Amino acid sequence: MRITDYLKNNIIYLDGGMGTLLQEQGLRPGELPERWNLTHPEVVQSIHRDYYDAGSHVVNTNTFGANSLKFPAEELEDIVKAAIANARAALAESHGKQPKWVALDIGPTGRMLKPYGDLDFEDAVSVFAETIKLGVKYGADLVMIETMNDSYETKAALLAAKENSDLPVFVANAYGEDGKLMTGANPAAMVAMLEGLGADAIGVNCSLGPKALVGVVEEYLRYASVPVLLKPNAGLPKSVNGKTVYDVLPNAFAEDVASRICRGVRIAGGCCGTTPEYISATVKASADILPVTIQKKNITCVSSYTHAVVFGESPILIGERINPTGKKRFKEALKAHDMDYILKEGIAQQEKGVHILDVNVGLPDIDEVQMLMEAICELQAIINLPLQVDTADPTAMESALRRYNGKAMINSVNGKQESMDAVFPLVKKYGGLVVALTLDENGIPDKAEERLAIARKILAESEKYGIEKKDIIFDPLAMTVSADQNAAKETMRAVGLIRNELGCHTSLGVSNVSFGLPARDTINGTFFALALGQGLSAAIMNPYSQEMMKTYHTYRALAGLDDNCTDYIAFAETMPQAVASAASEKIGTTASKDEFGSELQRAIVKGLKEQAAQLTESKLSCAAPLQIVQDEIIPALNIVGVGFENKTVYLPQLLMSAEAAKSAFGVIKSRMSGEKATDKCAFVLATVKGDIHDIGKNIVKLILENYGFPVTDLGRDVPPETVVQETVRLHAPIVGLSALMTTTVPAMEETIKQLRREAPWCKIIVGGAVLNREYADAIGADKYAGDAMEAVRYAEEINQNSKENTR
Amino acid sequence: MNTVFVRAYRAPDFNKKEILRYAGVRGDAAELYALLQECLDEVESKLVYHICYREFAVTHYDSYLDLGFIKTESVGLKKNLYGCESIILFAATVGMEIDRLIARYATVSPTKSLLFQAIGAERIESLCDAFCREIAEEKAKIGFQTRPRFSAGYGDLPLETQKEIFAVLDCPRKIGLTLNQSLLMSPSKSVTAIIGVGK
Repeated sequence: MRITDYLKNNIIYLDGGMGTLLQEQGLRPGELPERWNLTHPEVVQSIHRDYYDAGSHVVNTNTFGANSLKFPAEELEDIVKAAIANARAALAESHGKQPKWVALDIGPTGRMLKPYGDLDFEDAVSVFAETIKLGVKYGADLVMIETMNDSYETKAALLAAKENSDLPVFVANAYGEDGKLMTGANPAAMVAMLEGLGADAIGVNCSLGPKALVGVVEEYLRYASVPVLLKPNAGLPKSVNGKTVYDVLPNAFAEDVASRICRGVRIAGGCCGTTPEYISATVKASADILPVTIQKKNITCVSSYTHAVVFGESPILIGERINPTGKKRFKEALKAHDMDYILKEGIAQQEKGVHILDVNVGLPDIDEVQMLMEAICELQAIINLPLQVDTADPTAMESALRRYNGKAMINSVNGKQESMDAVFPLVKKYGGLVVALTLDENGIPDKAEERLAIARKILAESEKYGIEKKDIIFDPLAMTVSADQNAAKETMRAVGLIRNELGCHTSLGVSNVSFGLPARDTINGTFFALALGQGLSAAIMNPYSQEMMKTYHTYRALAGLDDNCTDYIAFAETMPQAVASAASEKIGTTASKDEFGSELQRAIVKGLKEQAAQLTESKLSCAAPLQIVQDEIIPALNIVGVGFENKTVYLPQLLMSAEAAKSAFGVIKSRMSGEKATDKCAFVLATVKGDIHDIGKNIVKLILENYGFPVTDLGRDVPPETVVQETVRLHAPIVGLSALMTTTVPAMEETIKQLRREAPWCKIIVGGAVLNREYADAIGADKYAGDAMEAVRYAEEINQNSKENTR
Repeated sequence: MNTVFVRAYRAPDFNKKEILRYAGVRGDAAELYALLQECLDEVESKLVYHICYREFAVTHYDSYLDLGFIKTESVGLKKNLYGCESIILFAATVGMEIDRLIARYATVSPTKSLLFQAIGAERIESLCDAFCREIAEEKAKIGFQTRPRFSAGYGDLPLETQKEIFAVLDCPRKIGLTLNQSLLMSPSKSVTAIIGVGK
């Protein structure tokens, strides 16, 4: 019998700890326990047999760390083969009467995935895939992924299991006392992601005792539609008279676990510190408990690496700004591969209060597959909002969904057969909440009832894939009211019909409705309000629009979704009138005469970002942009620069001023389209291959940009070839390289060597914590810069020379 | 002595002066206080203070030390552990979120990014200090004294020792701390070290 069939009507007991028992038998500190499958098979078998005898339906093979990062291929195969044989032998010998299975145990790799570690996501998938293929080959009955404390690595393991076997897969994560994984995910986020990827049972193991995990288990039971698993530690280890004891004893453990089984846990066992005695006590304590029926929860949600966003009463805002359509600056940024631009858009929208970020990077002449994947990876490294993968290209969609650290929102599928054939298999495989547009081969129907009919068709097709209704959210399409005066009315009716007839959630791209009209915001805000009244669940919208945000906050206050109107009151304080009066007070009090040539200079020197921008804005009414740069910004920067060199100004202050100057430059640039803003030469900047530290490099970049250098920042961990390629392409006279670790200095040396060969004209300046002048000379650099100002001074010198040479 | 123990701490007091020192400030910098406070407010709830540790007996030989998990010829460590009967080997981390904040602000505010770096440095040192203080008190009760902590990469104790340290402390599982191929730790604001224990 397949374990998943047995699970339908029964409680399943797992085994308990393995490591602690092996240590008692003589496993030495630092010794790899997986080798004992080969060297001490009798010990491993007897532990397994004791668990089966104690009542375990499932024992985990002794393969927690059996992966290709720790063992060479041949040994790995021997270990997995022996491990499964050991469990099988124990199963055959056990006198237990219960049905029994052998689970291939998969633990974490012990390495952190990129970008915060150095293991690539796809490499992690391959590592897990190797072990799983061996597990299949040697006859495991199921796969048990356990003790995972990072959501992204959990995804890699589960994906590998699904892609390389048809075996049932159970997944257990290790939570801290704060109820989160080490890398931040809460239970709701993990449930969303793991169910989406097709796990057969999910839950919690290790780290804490059963009592301490009650909260986490309750969250699992609230969100999960698949069986929930609990495999806790015997509490925490304590040292008593030189002996290690765990502080939860078998009977207390069994009672605590049994009480969770009463609440709905269907799969139970033990982890560190537990022994066969704990398992037999648990079996006994829960013998009379009827298994709780598992209910489908029908929760519509998406998740990030930290939390889930649930669609319900309160409207969900999806920020639309990461999309090049109609945005010249964004298109330029995409073509220049300016990832910072995208990240800034993401952060700014999050600060405005959106719940989800739409990510669309489609442009005819860029590689969308690569770009979308990169954008998703970079965004999810620093922003904890769920992302909406927005593309018409199924290949780009798949690569983005694969790398996404959570359950994504997917934009979009529609009623065309071709679209459903391409998108639904991806939704099924990777999970996700898919936006379904109510259009098909015949276009967008005028009438709401016809859009409802398309929605029904889409639902029927998705059912064939086993995609649940809760994972489809309909967009009945907001059409331009200036072209058809019934357009908005029909869209709103369709929202109501889909909500009431199908019980599905809806989302709208609101802004379309006002196309071609003046004061579009006004229309958008009111349309949004009316659609919310019809039961709209979400909107793809512009969070910088005051009208839209007004509608959102007033709706929540009026619809009883905002306790004490707290959020509304907080929002009202940010409204323009309120802010304006506060600001005028501020400027009034600070406008005192002092040593600075002007208020703008003062703002820059003191590092006041907003003021610097405001003052530049007002100066532009009476002065030419370049004149402001010459007379105000440069002198201010010089005051700070000289102060830094004289050690009266320190690094954080230098940076604050640089940021203020940058915001002044930003205002100036917006007025100077076409005019060349700078006469400085190109500067290529990179942190060398193998090195992921970029704070020093970023500081140098900011200061150089202040001094007008167009910096091409290649990022961190940059291969020598890329540095060479860009230097040649731009014919850049200066290249800056940064390294923070002794281990990456050779990569710096190699980069310099290649630059000398391919770009002999360029001057190379190096910096970073491990370098000094002698070291820089030894690896062949032209210049060592101890800080950002030194780099600027040198760049100015080179710039001067290169201008003279070209004269 | 066969078990890795885990301890979690409450946040030690923030030392603002020390944070600014890590950020490169060597004198007064009053205009930074507001920004620093903003950073502290943002980071406070996102940090963890986790330690895992294990005790090993030390055997002294003429030319090397046997620490139970490695044999080392490090002269610096031998000096540090002179007269010690055992060591506490520990790993400490303040968690992943500080790395995310440093990366997040690299694009929008390098000043804040720098301050988060500095906060992370001060936090992990404070955590190690808190742990070492506690161990010193516990050992004092049974008549032992502790030595200043000593890390791989100090003096002639090679950084490669990190590999063995990670193997015996089970850091990924115990506190979510990992070691990459360049022997860098992730989360980055983490420390491993040895505390000598002797009469």
